[in-house]
This record gives sequence, C-alpha cells and structure tokens, in this order.
Amino acid sequence: MTELDTFRSETRAWLASNCPASMRLPLEDDEDRCWGGRNWKFKSEDQRLWLERMAERGWTAPAWPKEYGGGGLSRDEAKVLREETRAINARSPLDSFGIWMLGPALLKYGSEEQKKKYLPEITRGEIRWCQGYSEPNSGSDLASLQTRAEDKGDHFLVNGQKVWTSYADKADWIFCLVRTDPSVPKHNGISFVLFDMQSPGVSTRPIVLISGKSPFCETFFDDVRVPKENLVGELNKGWDVAKYLLTHEREMISGIGLSAGRPLGHVAADTVGTEEGLLADPLLRGQIAAFDIDAAAFQLALERVGDLAKAKQAHPAMSSMLKYYGAELNKRRHELLMSAGGSEALEWEGERSRGGDRARSWLRTKANSIEGGTSEVQLNIIAKRLLELPGA
Amino acid sequence: MALVLDEQQAMLQESARNFFADKAPVAHLRKVRDRRDADGFSRDLWKEFAGMGFTGVLVPEEHGGLGLGNVEAGTIMEEIGRNLTPSPFLSTAIVGVSALLRANGERKSDLLPKIAAGDLLMALAVDERAKHGPRQVVLSAKRSGNGFALSGTKTFVVDGHVADLLIVAARTAGAPGETDGLTLFLVDPKTKGLDIERTIMVDSHNAARLTFGNVQVDADALLGEVDGGWPVLEGVLNVGRAAVAAELVGSGEEAFGRTVSYLKERKQFGRAIGEFQALQHRAAHLYSEIEITRAAVLKALQQLDQKPEKAAPFVAIAKARAGKTATLAVQEAVQMHGGIGMTDEIDIGLFMKRVRVAEELFGDANFHADRLARLKQY
Repeated sequence: MTELDTFRSETRAWLASNCPASMRLPLEDDEDRCWGGRNWKFKSEDQRLWLERMAERGWTAPAWPKEYGGGGLSRDEAKVLREETRAINARSPLDSFGIWMLGPALLKYGSEEQKKKYLPEITRGEIRWCQGYSEPNSGSDLASLQTRAEDKGDHFLVNGQKVWTSYADKADWIFCLVRTDPSVPKHNGISFVLFDMQSPGVSTRPIVLISGKSPFCETFFDDVRVPKENLVGELNKGWDVAKYLLTHEREMISGIGLSAGRPLGHVAADTVGTEEGLLADPLLRGQIAAFDIDAAAFQLALERVGDLAKAKQAHPAMSSMLKYYGAELNKRRHELLMSAGGSEALEWEGERSRGGDRARSWLRTKANSIEGGTSEVQLNIIAKRLLELPGA
Repeated sequence: MALVLDEQQAMLQESARNFFADKAPVAHLRKVRDRRDADGFSRDLWKEFAGMGFTGVLVPEEHGGLGLGNVEAGTIMEEIGRNLTPSPFLSTAIVGVSALLRANGERKSDLLPKIAAGDLLMALAVDERAKHGPRQVVLSAKRSGNGFALSGTKTFVVDGHVADLLIVAARTAGAPGETDGLTLFLVDPKTKGLDIERTIMVDSHNAARLTFGNVQVDADALLGEVDGGWPVLEGVLNVGRAAVAAELVGSGEEAFGRTVSYLKERKQFGRAIGEFQALQHRAAHLYSEIEITRAAVLKALQQLDQKPEKAAPFVAIAKARAGKTATLAVQEAVQMHGGIGMTDEIDIGLFMKRVRVAEELFGDANFHADRLARLKQY
C-alpha cells in the first residue's frame, strides 16, 4: 500500500464518521451554502459542525501550508480528498472568495504578517471577503479603473466606486484595486489593498438582476481611511497581484461547468417521459447527449490541466481556456434544463417551483461568460499568449 | 493516474514523432495515392514499422512484441494522424492484435509473433451497411460439416484487400439488432467463395467490400464462443475506437498548427490575417476544443489499459469528441487558408479527407452520443 493509499483509507474513514448525514444531501438552493463571516447565521447545527471539523484539519483549504490554517496536503493528497468528499456527496464546508481568490494571492504576494493575520481567519470561515475590481467605466478594460487612493502618510484615502461586487452587502472585508499613481500608463499605477467594509465612508447598494436576485452590489468609497500596512505587494505593482488573482477566479468559475446533481437526461425524463427506456423526445435527447459528452470531456480537461501544472507543463493562459469553456458549458446546461422543463420551468413564484428556482438559476448563468473576464477577453488571451497571434 | 504521458510514454511519442516526420510525412501519402499500386501502402515502410517495434506495440513480450498498452499505441496513432500515413497499423497492430489476445493460446502463439515481425496483416469485417452498426450483423454462419458456411456481405473493411487473415463478425443466432448470437471467425481471404473488392476511398487509404458466398470454414476458425462473440467484438471495437480518436487528435492538431502558422504568414490589407479578431477568436475556440478533446482521448486510452471493464463511456466520449473536434479543425483550416486551401497542391485538403473517413470509422459522433446516452440510461 502506497502512502497515498493509506491517506485515502484514513480520509475515507474520517469523512465517514465526521461528515454529518445532512451535509451529504444535494443542495436544495443557495441558502444551503455556507459562506461564513462575522455575521453568518448557520442554517443548521450540522452546517456549523461540518465547517468546524473540516477547518480544524485545515481541509477548508487543503493545499495551503498548515501554519496558515491550511491542510498542508500535496496536490495528490488534495486530489484524493476531493475524490473522497465527492464520493460521499459531501457539501463544501465553506464557500469563500477568501479561499478561492484572495488566499492564493496573499500566499504569493502577501507579507508574512499579512499571511498570519488573514489566512487562518479565512480557513476558519470567520471573515467573509468581497472583490473590488470592476468599476462602472472599467469592465473588460479593468486596468482603466479610477478609484483613487491618495497617500496621506500613514494611510491611504480612498474615493471612488466599484460595481458587480459580489455579496458586498454581506462581506466583512474587501480586496480592492485602487489607483495610486494617475500620472503613469494605466497598468503601472494600480495598487492592491485590503480594508474592513465597516470602515467609515463605505456603503453598498444591491443591484437587482434579471433573475430577481441581488448577488452583486454597487460599492461606494467616500474618504475611506486604509492603513498603509494593508497594501499587498509593492505600491503601484497591484496589477501583478490582480492578474494572478484573476487566474484563480477563472479556475473558480471554470468549476461551475461541472454538472452537479441529477443527470440532465433523468431530469428531462420527469417532464418529457421515456419510450423503451429512451427519452421520448429524440431531438432533446440528442442535444443532452452531445452536452454530456462535452461536459465529461471538460471535466477531464480540468483534471489534466491540474496534472500538467503539477508536471510543470501547463501554460498559465490555460486557465482562460477553462474559464471560457466552463462558462459556455454551464450556460448550455441551463438552456437544456429550461428546454427539458418546458412550461413548468417558467414558473417564477410559488412552492411548486421553489420560488422559480430553475428559471432564476438559468438567468443567473448568463453572467458566467461576463464575470471574471468575458468569454471574448478569454479568447483574446488565448490568441495572444498561447497561439501568439500577431497584434492580439 | 495523472492525465499526462509518463516519461517512458513521452519518449516513445518522441521517437514516433521523429520516425513519421522522417519516413512517412504527408508527401508519402501523396506518393502512395499517385502511384496507384495494388497494395495502397508501402510494404517497405511496414518493415520499418516492425523494426521500430510498432507492429508489436500491443503484442506481449513472450510473443515477440513490446508488451505495451493502449496509451503507447495511441501515441503512435497520433503521429500517424499528424502525417496521414497510410498503413495497416490500425487494422493489424491494434484491432488485429487486440482480437487475437482474446483468442485461444494456440492461435495466439502462432499469429502474434508474425504480426510483431511484420509478416502478417489482418482486417476486421464488421459493418454491412453505410453506417457503423455492430449489432446489425446479418451475415450468417450456418453449421456445415465440421465447421460453418458463411454467407453475406461486409463493407468498409479497412485493409480488407491486403489482409492475410480476416476477422469476420457473423450471426449464428438471433436477429439483427441483438447482441446475442454473434460469433467471430478467423477467415483466410483466399477461401473459395469469398470475393474481395478493393474500394478506392476519398482519403486514399485502404478499404474493401467483401462478399461471402457459402464460404466454408473449419471449427478452428472460431475466435471465442459460438453465439458469444459480442463482448469480444465490443472490446476490440473499443480499442479501435480509442485508437482512431488518437489519430483524429493528431490530424486535427496538425491541421490546426498549419493554420495558425498560415495566419501569421499570410498578409492582406497590409497585415497578417492573424491580426483580425474574427479569426483570432475562432482559432482560440478551436485550440480549446482540441485541448479538451486531448484530455478525453488520453483518459479513454488509460482506462482501456487500467480498467477495461469500465472503459465504454470514456471511449464513447473520446471518439465523439475527437470526430467533432477534428472535423471543426479541418473545416476551419480550409476556410482560413482561403482559396489555396481548396487546392490539391496544399496538404490541408488531405487532412479534411482523412478526418471525414476516421470520423465515420467505428461510429461517428452521433453514434457515440447515442451510446453514452444509453449507458447513462436515458
């Protein structure tokens, strides 16, 4: 038995006795997700227990070093943990922009003090983070951002506005791109800072989306004082941190291309019915089968890019490929879910449709190919970095 | 198991890449096409395949082969795809060998060393209609004397007119569409009553139509159980499908690589056409399709080596993806090359032709999507 096999059997045993039964049920809706934070109210005692147990082992951030609250696992061990949690359908103990996005950037660019201060809180789900990137006039052209941070000696004075700040109204802290030097070319005057959303001068306003939900906010900064020690990386070198973090955001969004829950073909059978074991609508069946082929191949590609990274053979721009493809796949999946659901999927309110869950989820996915860099931006990156096409 | 080639596999890939680029580039296919000889491939080149060990890649070491797996065979197929090399490698070294590995000991130890040495060519005769349908076998094998009498037709038999030994799927019981009642036979192509007509195909690769008029074979021609041929046939087909998928990855990637180079060279409106975003985005999309397909194909090959009993869905995913992706690659290649892509002088058209054939071989993307849907029970 290899060490990895031992790790697998120990992990399996630990999960079997520590993952509460209710945490192995499929997510009913977004409310079942655990985001943590100062004001988090656990939906159940099991949810709290599951987070606590996983965080104690560092398994909310399995691959981070133990000294910062992570699990200190190798890539192979982290993969085993993923496989074993998936095998028992365990829910994610903690959904967190801190783990998915900020943490990796801090590990690479943060000072020792910053890592010690922020990372353990993140892994324990004590602080919820939001991302201050986009602005009303800086979407795909993110580096043109104008939120100003003036040097006032011991602190920066931040003024400006962010938009599409996910869950800004629920977050405790923000990682934020600010302009610290307006006199130089746009990429060279940006800095990456962290601050408390309770700081005086910070306000948020939820944006109602076509889904009727408000996962995003407008965020306003009016003379917000940010201590100098909250600067991550060097002054005016924030674009490097921003780009690095974006590759992790892309990976996070790529993951949504993986279908969770019941197979589409079975979901469709609920409404369309079957004839001799086959979906009764042959054209829909063909579309679903074509989707399943692509989704399965995409899952393997995610795995392969991870293995390539481990073998130091991955190109950094491969994350753009995964983000592009994952986003388009997820949109396609939800179009098929709507198609399969027919008129039942169009109900917007009421018990039967669980508050119009299917239609609202479908509308939400339309943002997948916009957030974290549009599909077109990802294709630009592939054309330029991977294919080295001229003028891209 | 990591979805990347290990060190030994990467070395084999590199030596195959050098071999095919040197001995059998696309110019070799043109030569074979234009000289219109009776074989349709180069027997000298086949001897060199044997010298490299390729013919015995799947043959166990005790029978004179390299004793390697589908992943290794796939790296050779990929280079064949990259160079459009016409050869009996698929029909003999992959499909033939994987069928014989499921045969009884005597046939195995007799035939496998000959294949490894490059002295025996094989062909698989399954399909009888225009579309792949291994369950639809009608060709009948009726008990006759101490053996069987075969009557019926086969089509799209790759290398059928050069094979020294044919594997024939016949129906000994049941009705077309049923998997029970299929039986595999090893048939000498010179047997009386067997008519073999070479069919010249669009891709200048070999294929034949076979007509069996009461062809008498002995009982020792049986490969496996009477009426129980289906699991063997399906296993062999899956090996062949994954191999063709690997070939398609090679062809698609090569056509794409040539296209990207052309985008950088070709100037219109005073600049390289690769500067135009309309083309950049299509190229970037195609890159993504190819990379994702590569993962699916490698997984299928690995699965055939590691857990063959669980390989079926992965093979379906790989063959469907590979066919679609390579088809997109050659279509974009012709379009982005513009008028010159339509000329016989440029190789791009040869890629389009071969990909069309490989997409059809052993089931197209729709066939495999349907298979996956059935495996997933919808």
